[in-house]
Amino acid sequence: MVTTEEVDTTRQYEIPEGVLLEFRLAGPLVRAGAWAIDAAIRAVLYIAIGLSFSYFGGVGVAIILIALFLIEWFYPVLFEVKSGATPGKKAMGIWVIHDNGTPVTLSASVIRNLLRAVDFMPVMYGFGLLSMLFNREFKRLGDLAAGTLVVYRDSYEKRPELPSSTAVRPGVELTESEQQAVLAFAERAPALSSERRVELAEILSEISGRKGERAVDGIYGYANWLMKGR
Amino acid sequence: MRQEQFEQAYRPLWDKLGALLDEMELSRRKRNLDKARAAALPTLYRQVCSHYALARSRRFSPALLEQLHHLVLRGHRHLYRQRGAWLWRTLDFIGGGFPRALRRHRGYFLLALTSFLLPALLLGLACYVDPDMIYSLMDEQQVAEMESMYDPSGSHPGRSEARSSETDFMMFGFYIFNNIGIGFRTFAGGMLLGVGSLFMLLFNGLVLGGVAGHLTRLGYHDTFWSFVSGHGAFELTAIVICGAAGLMLGHALLAPGQRRRIPALKAAAAEALKLVLGAALMLLAAAFVEAFWSSSTLDAAIKYGVAVLLWALVVFYLVFAGRSRHGSL
Repeated sequence: MVTTEEVDTTRQYEIPEGVLLEFRLAGPLVRAGAWAIDAAIRAVLYIAIGLSFSYFGGVGVAIILIALFLIEWFYPVLFEVKSGATPGKKAMGIWVIHDNGTPVTLSASVIRNLLRAVDFMPVMYGFGLLSMLFNREFKRLGDLAAGTLVVYRDSYEKRPELPSSTAVRPGVELTESEQQAVLAFAERAPALSSERRVELAEILSEISGRKGERAVDGIYGYANWLMKGR
Repeated sequence: MRQEQFEQAYRPLWDKLGALLDEMELSRRKRNLDKARAAALPTLYRQVCSHYALARSRRFSPALLEQLHHLVLRGHRHLYRQRGAWLWRTLDFIGGGFPRALRRHRGYFLLALTSFLLPALLLGLACYVDPDMIYSLMDEQQVAEMESMYDPSGSHPGRSEARSSETDFMMFGFYIFNNIGIGFRTFAGGMLLGVGSLFMLLFNGLVLGGVAGHLTRLGYHDTFWSFVSGHGAFELTAIVICGAAGLMLGHALLAPGQRRRIPALKAAAAEALKLVLGAALMLLAAAFVEAFWSSSTLDAAIKYGVAVLLWALVVFYLVFAGRSRHGSL
């Protein structure tokens, strides 16, 4: 059997406290989307700065050129150091972290963004894309050298409640992974359509001897028993 | 212990950590955190870590695991983040960190210097001897433009048009945009197994040597050399340093030694960054000198004198700044 670790684009990191943290890696497509948003923002900035300073003669041109330089090289650095993500990345729900899960520092951010120059070669992030496809963590060349990852910003919504039901002891002994599956089903079921809920619950009809919504309720019962033991 | 009892026993602790992290995630101004509360973070965090490990091994429900995982993730970010007194570190970097880093890696610097200087000298000599040699490097129009720029009979040697302080400012912006960009690209080229950096060094060496040799042969030396010699102290040195930083990346990729390639690359990049940032500051200084001093029409002798001073300053800074009394690097 293929485990989820082998299929999912997640990366695990063992922290000094001895537990595993899990990060969901951002792939080329979502990162390209973030880049496109940033490119649009930068284009607007270029136009705004270009228009507003073009009336100030040589000094104006100097300011425009310096602004071009700063935006070209340091626009991502500014945002990554401040909040871990450029506006484009924020919009796509991703951010930059170190390999060990800590917020990206100035030096790592500068390295990954200076090396963007080679990622961009020969055209439109050709080398960057190749690099991302050839390693497990979707790192472009700049990420490899800086030791950074681009991952989904894990947004934690409110924890789903276990539907209450009278606790029922399952008729057979459940293995640990089966127990987990029962609990996972009970916690996720309220978010599923009722047809799907019933379809899944009826897999256990042989054990519970129930059909339809009663089968669903039966599994809620098992889950309550597992969790509360009453 | 059943999951429900486990949760009832420890939920207050989780809520406490959650509230503390909420507070820490606010911006510094909005935060209202006293030392005692902040000091509770490590203990609280490690307790929740062990709760998470327990919950995992006891196969508690996925929703609880996710809740605890999220808490651990946030705690980890705060406990292990690196904060810096960046202003102090910048000053320390300029005062000694940069030249020390350069001296630590002087092998790369010498290699980059050779890759730049050797082609410059060879082609410079060739162009000095052979009037047609320059055309192997540039086309006719470029050569004509370059010649007219430094023609002593032109009104303002060094630039094609008359310069006002307005144009000085404009050129300052241009040098920042162009030259620091070239420096960064020279560094980044090192990711291509060092070939990109090497190419930039060779190419810039050839162009500079060729132009210098050709103009000297024409007898334009006072206009040309008095223009380039001042800012060259910063600019040429900085480009070579950027090349050296790129070569460090290339070396780590080609011959990582005892490490695996990626860790070797990471270590090399962290060191190389110091060289690149130092070089960027030097290029900033070069842009300033080039825009406001090099183009001035003062007597060539004064400009040569200042150039000697600037070169001495750069060499002295790179060789001696940041040395400790005990004669270390």
